[in-house]
Amino acid sequence: MPLTIFLAVIALCPGLSSLVSGSQFWMPPNAALHGIAVDRLMRLNLTALGTCFIIAHLLLLISILRRPRPGASPKILPSMWAMEVIPLTLLCLMYVWMAITAQRLWAANRFEGPSPAAMQVEVVGVQFQWYFRYPGEDAAFGGTRPELVNAAAGNPLGLDRQDPHSADDIVASELVLPAGREVDVTLRAHDVIHGFFVPAMRLKQNAVPGMVLHVHFTPELPGEYPILCSQVCGLGHARMQAKLRVLPRGDYALWLAAREAKLHAIQAARVKAQ
Amino acid sequence: MTDPLESAQAIQHSGPNAEPRRRRSWIRRYIFTTDHRTIGIQYLLLALIAVIIGASLSLLMRLHLAWPDLPMPFWGVMKPEDYLALVTMHGTLMVFFVLTTAPQSGFANLVLPEQIGSRQMALPLLNAASFWLTVLSLLVLVSAFFMPGGAPISGWTSYPPLSAIAASGPGQALGMDIWLVSIGIFCIASTLASVNMLTTIVAERCEGMTLDRMPLTVWSWLVASMITVLVFSVLFAAAVLLLCDRHLGTAFFVPMGDLVNGQIVGHGDGTPLLWLHLFWFFGHPEVYIAILPGMGITSSLLANFSRRPALGYRLMALTTVLIGLLGFLVWGHHMFVSGMNPYAGTAFALTTMAIAVPSTAKVLSWIGTIWGGNLRLTTPMLFSLGFLSLFIAGGVTGPLLALPILDAYLHNTFFVVAHFHLIMAMAAIFSVFAGVYYWFPLMAGRQLHEGWGKVHFWLTFIAAYSTFFPMHLAGLAGEPRHYSQLSGGAASMAALIPLQRYISISAIVLVAAQLIFLTNLIWSVWHGKLSPANPWQATTLEWSTASDGQPIVLRGPYDYGVHPGQSDFLPQDALEPNPE
Ligand code: HEM
Ligand SMILES: [Cu+2]
Ligand SMILES: [Cu+2]
Repeated sequence: MPLTIFLAVIALCPGLSSLVSGSQFWMPPNAALHGIAVDRLMRLNLTALGTCFIIAHLLLLISILRRPRPGASPKILPSMWAMEVIPLTLLCLMYVWMAITAQRLWAANRFEGPSPAAMQVEVVGVQFQWYFRYPGEDAAFGGTRPELVNAAAGNPLGLDRQDPHSADDIVASELVLPAGREVDVTLRAHDVIHGFFVPAMRLKQNAVPGMVLHVHFTPELPGEYPILCSQVCGLGHARMQAKLRVLPRGDYALWLAAREAKLHAIQAARVKAQ
Repeated sequence: MTDPLESAQAIQHSGPNAEPRRRRSWIRRYIFTTDHRTIGIQYLLLALIAVIIGASLSLLMRLHLAWPDLPMPFWGVMKPEDYLALVTMHGTLMVFFVLTTAPQSGFANLVLPEQIGSRQMALPLLNAASFWLTVLSLLVLVSAFFMPGGAPISGWTSYPPLSAIAASGPGQALGMDIWLVSIGIFCIASTLASVNMLTTIVAERCEGMTLDRMPLTVWSWLVASMITVLVFSVLFAAAVLLLCDRHLGTAFFVPMGDLVNGQIVGHGDGTPLLWLHLFWFFGHPEVYIAILPGMGITSSLLANFSRRPALGYRLMALTTVLIGLLGFLVWGHHMFVSGMNPYAGTAFALTTMAIAVPSTAKVLSWIGTIWGGNLRLTTPMLFSLGFLSLFIAGGVTGPLLALPILDAYLHNTFFVVAHFHLIMAMAAIFSVFAGVYYWFPLMAGRQLHEGWGKVHFWLTFIAAYSTFFPMHLAGLAGEPRHYSQLSGGAASMAALIPLQRYISISAIVLVAAQLIFLTNLIWSVWHGKLSPANPWQATTLEWSTASDGQPIVLRGPYDYGVHPGQSDFLPQDALEPNPE
């Protein structure tokens, strides 16, 4: 009896739940360059650890179901070598393998900065909204000051208009990137900690007030992907979502040109008003 | 109606020299008592109350997640901040008031003195004081619900600036202050309790109770108390600093220029990361405070119900100590994507992989203990086996989360929620159930009903897997924690709603199954089968039937089945094989 229930438990749970839902249970399709290696590693590790889980439960089950043969002495413990030393050594080897392979990938992604040719984008987390800033033609972000922040007046990031680098900065509420080009993301937050999470890009990094952090990645496949907030940041945390649109290079250039034209129009209007 | 405590005493004082217990007033005996066993029961009752509140909160959360538009009883349709307040209070209640009190202070007070051949705790008055401080702390915490703005919403980890700035959300004003005060009191209470426990283990062991004859439960209480003393003082300091930031104008955690809700609130040069370091320096060892006693209970019970010694006693003691030590070096694995230096991430990944080694050794040893044994599948044994199963289920994902590059995807998703609910919530709770079924005769003089115990076990076991296992899938799909709703304006995770509904239904079954336990508990206090003096034929001294004087320990704690033909077991203080 215990056996059937036991097996039922292990087998039924994912099975049953997939029946009722039919929704996706794996990571969303990967769209980033480094994601290929991440996914491979995730599969390998989950398989290895899942196997450990199953083997351990088989041993458990056998122990529970096997009645000692009459005559055999159930008192004698298994040997430390067979039960402890050898399996532990094997598992340690597996841990070492896991650590080394994963560290190499981590180092490749996070120890080195982006290539100098990477394009620049700034991501700013504010309760409960993501803002994205492009440096414009001068390829340099203008200065910002918290005193100047005024979303209602069209300056949610507090751009310092005195700063010549600010004039051409584009601020958007969706992140648009060209496919196949490395991006250097500068992460900031105004108020509390937010978590910049793009599942399809296999990318997560907190945005911390008072710190300027960097991550870099290369979006490969054009498409639309959700951007989420992964660090609880207040009552609007769950709705702090934005969209990443990855465009073929040509389309991206068109989008950027349109945004620049819009910016010029606004600036012209502002000059006229003064 | 017999007085349950009286009959428990009868078990303990059945020797020829047993004196009738001096009668004291009801209040002195049951409320402001310094009797360690009563204090143990008080701690367990406190944990029971906390777990009932905590579980009810989680049911409300699960209902809201699955059916966001459903009006809640006494509540109406839940707002996002209500949901976050529920998460925060649920986590705080469970981690502090259930998993830190029951396995550690509850069971240790109940049996630790007897297990080391003493009749009392070293510092009985301190013991009572720390219990009542814990009660105070719980009352303060629950009062946060009734503050203007409600309970805090920043989760049990309370990251600043969210937790530092009152304007950052509802509940972050008075509610957050209350939370910090409650945690501060709790820190003091647990530190005092642990000082008492350490002193007792060091100073009160009877003749012959050398370190290598201590039951593995005592080893784990020893290590857990050392951890408690060290890390709760750090948490206390952190809570005080945060209160200073909130009210005295200091800036430990709030950076320059921090802009919350249109106001510049950052005037010093603090950093939120300081809180993360302080908190997780406490937080990771805290999870071991919760699980180490469970590991000790499991070791003892598996040996008892397999009728053979625990495999590798010395190794088990050693790994307990190693886990305690290494536990201080891994806190950064909660911070891989927090803005911490990526090189530090590598260092913490390696220490975390290292702590997986003693944990694995323990699992192997438990399997070795039952492998080929003549198992008695009593209810406490079933719960110990359940602990083992759930510990493995939650443990295998630990090394995965320890790899920064993979954790950078899984961090703060439901995958982590699955990991820690399986290992910390479920495994630890299963060991508490095992302990309650096992030691209930010492509390009530009677046994819990075995048949209903088994029904309780199977329902809980199946529902636990069914509730927490699928959360891995939601996490892999990318669903972050602390999302109050998957539908509505921002609905990129809406595809997971059916899965979350399934989980909610499982959770309802899981909680409902506990009603069986509650009924069994209450019924058995008065109507349970009267227990013989040593119902599980155990070797450790809390079951000793010898007379009241100081016992003399002659052998190790797990002398089961080693004298074929004579007796199945030899208590630690038995002079010669006792005829069965
Ligand atoms: C094999 C040993 C273990 C390893 C390698 C391990 C590893 C980890 C890692 C890396 C995380 C961080 C994941 C993240 O937030 O992104 C984590 C989270 C957690 N672990 Fe473990 N773990 C182990 C055992 C345990 C045990 C024994 C417990 C409890 C008794 C536990 C309880 C928790 C909790 C509560 C969290 C989540 C904290 C939070 O964010 O709220 N873990 N674990
Ligand atoms: Cu958020
Ligand atoms: Cu940890």
